[in-house]
Amino acid sequence: MFDPMKRTPLFEAHEELGARMVEFAGYAMPLHYQAGINQEHLSVRQGVGLFDVSHMGEVRVVGPGATRFLQYATLNDPARLKPGRGQYSMLPNATGGLIDDLFVYREGEDDYLVVANASNTAAVLLHLQDLAAGHECHVIDESDTVALLALQGPGAPLLLGQLVDDDLGQLKRNATLDVVLSGIPVRLSRTGYTGEDGFEIFLRPADAPSVWDMLLAAGASPCGLGARDTLRLEAGFPLYGHELTEASNPLCTPFAWVVKDKEFFGRDAMWDPACDERLVGLRLTERGIPRQGYRVLDASGAPAGTVTSGALSPLTRDGIGFAWVRRDLAELGTELAVEIRGQAVAAKVVQPPFHLT
Amino acid sequence: MKTPPELRYAESHEWVALQGSSATVGITDFAQDQLGDVVFVELPAVGRRVAKGEQMAVIESVKTASDIYAPVSGVVAAVNDALDAKPELVNSEPYGEGWLVRIEVADTSEVDGLLDATAYAASASEEH
Repeated sequence: MFDPMKRTPLFEAHEELGARMVEFAGYAMPLHYQAGINQEHLSVRQGVGLFDVSHMGEVRVVGPGATRFLQYATLNDPARLKPGRGQYSMLPNATGGLIDDLFVYREGEDDYLVVANASNTAAVLLHLQDLAAGHECHVIDESDTVALLALQGPGAPLLLGQLVDDDLGQLKRNATLDVVLSGIPVRLSRTGYTGEDGFEIFLRPADAPSVWDMLLAAGASPCGLGARDTLRLEAGFPLYGHELTEASNPLCTPFAWVVKDKEFFGRDAMWDPACDERLVGLRLTERGIPRQGYRVLDASGAPAGTVTSGALSPLTRDGIGFAWVRRDLAELGTELAVEIRGQAVAAKVVQPPFHLT
Repeated sequence: MKTPPELRYAESHEWVALQGSSATVGITDFAQDQLGDVVFVELPAVGRRVAKGEQMAVIESVKTASDIYAPVSGVVAAVNDALDAKPELVNSEPYGEGWLVRIEVADTSEVDGLLDATAYAASASEEH
């Protein structure tokens, strides 16, 4: 049967802007606009970019047992959150890997909003609903009733500050604030996935086009999924399906800090791993662009790992990426190579973020 | 999408401008638009013999690496070194400063087998 792509409330806005639309997680999404990925990327590093991320999933977990439940279901510890704060987290499976990475907001004492990757929303929902049996909480899919924008870049506070009465200087990293944007109620969160300051804006789908237009009129540049990917990579953030998968143990990655020492689902399978391979950041010291699936070679030219994501850093103009490499090669500064079209291109193990060094 | 009428085209989205036995080759406006921002161009060595349809270069955009094929057979006589520092010329001037290679053509009648602008435009729009 013909299965049409889902649309966010901003589909028409993207088309009007001349976006190159692509299918992503079942949604028609903008890959880039007329400016192109590089320029969109730089607008976020140097100005303000605006992303439609309404395809992401929102799952509410609410009830007197919500905190206990999410402490068990997720790897970070939501009990550490005050209401009005959020944290990056992960959803473990039973075999030491991950179902998804998440952002978890504590919206009230017993009320949480879990933001999941679009491609995993159905799996996250199903898993949380299964796991919640016996816990005093409800798991509710709100994906279709929440639109989400991301306003990112060093100019974001000034731009948004002109449109609200509130003092955004008081809004701390990972904190949320309800504001009114020209008569439209929205929830701001000082979060993002670009490595820049900025906000994510939760709002009703019907209000999304007005707020989108308002922010563009105020000077934000529209940015697509292409720039979102290069920005997160340059900032050293993982992407599910690449750095994090159902088979990858987060304790063998630079993101092990997320995993708190407490009782959680699948702990026995995940805890105290051997880590025969570790996930590291790579910077190419010769010209070339690492791509997902390319082989990593050790100094003798023997296979030593696999690239999970790669790009030419739009800011530094060198090849950057993440790779799983043999444990003994994971030390910072280790000299390796990435095999690109049969050639060994020199690379070095580095500590992300890639754009601040 | 621009398709200058004086050029000939391969279905794999390269264009050819033949002067005598020297064929200048680049990628089409359609191709550069599909690729998006070009960030790296890997060109063949001067003197390399290429056969029609043989992979001879790689263009890397932000998103992907794409093979470029020789639209005609011959010997690579020159490559566009300017692309080393300014790969984005492939996007901004695909039919001008963004050319890729010059091939000394073995048999100029091979060029007659390529598409004219109208046929190429039709073939590309089908793909789109």
